[in-house]
Amino acid sequence: MMFPQIGLTHYLFISAILFSLGIFGVITRRNAIMVLMGIELILNSANINFIAFSRYGGLNLDGQAVAIFVIILAASEAVIALAIVLNIFKTLQTVNVDEVNKLRQ
Amino acid sequence: MQLFDIVFYLFAFITVASAFVVVFSRNIIYSAFSLLFTFFGVAGLYVFLSADFLAVTQVLIYVGGILVLLLFGVMLTSRVVDVQMKTGTMQTFPAVILTAGLAGILCGVFLVTEWKTLPGPELKTTAPKLGEMLMTTYLLPFEIASVVLLVALIGAAMIARRERPAGSEKNSSF
Repeated sequence: MMFPQIGLTHYLFISAILFSLGIFGVITRRNAIMVLMGIELILNSANINFIAFSRYGGLNLDGQAVAIFVIILAASEAVIALAIVLNIFKTLQTVNVDEVNKLRQ
Repeated sequence: MQLFDIVFYLFAFITVASAFVVVFSRNIIYSAFSLLFTFFGVAGLYVFLSADFLAVTQVLIYVGGILVLLLFGVMLTSRVVDVQMKTGTMQTFPAVILTAGLAGILCGVFLVTEWKTLPGPELKTTAPKLGEMLMTTYLLPFEIASVVLLVALIGAAMIARRERPAGSEKNSSF
């Protein structure tokens, strides 16, 4: 058999890759919405970890309950962040995070 | 290799490959649409982990809510008729080294650690038990989450629709 049995480490690998890609997106992209997408990737990788441990690590349903709260917070975070980004664009005509360097007009 | 493994690797490949496209694509629209496939792949992985309610929630909230919101943000903040859809990057080379090192360290830790795995019982349906837990063990976080959502709703509406004083500068770009 070429591949081992699907287990905990497979899911952890996927979440590690997603987390690193999210970090990469957050630190390299200039567009604020791309930074938000990176944050969503990071939150998804955390959720995969929670649910993988709830299946294989004996957490049972507690991990899934925590994952629900992560999804709730991700939704409210995206809403607030996009409102702020829209407001920044209205004020400064740019959404590049390296050009937004003042908090007033 | 059984069918289960093949489908798992398929979902894992979809997730990781489209996440790569999200991060490395120069066009922000391509990034947003491949984020769709990442979310669907993650939902498939949730099904493999016998978290059916979470999978449906993922599709509903991430794909139906957050992704649409991100697309609205893209459309409202970039001039679609121009070539402004391209987004720049900064410090790509150090970031590649840093994140590759991070991924390597994480994978190494995951490999080396002796996880005390005990495969739980195959859960049939998780939704009734999860609902019970939300009303008993997690009642306080549940209520706080509802307040957080309400605050986010009102706050987002207030931030995005702030009226400027009449004397301040007018934006002529729209």
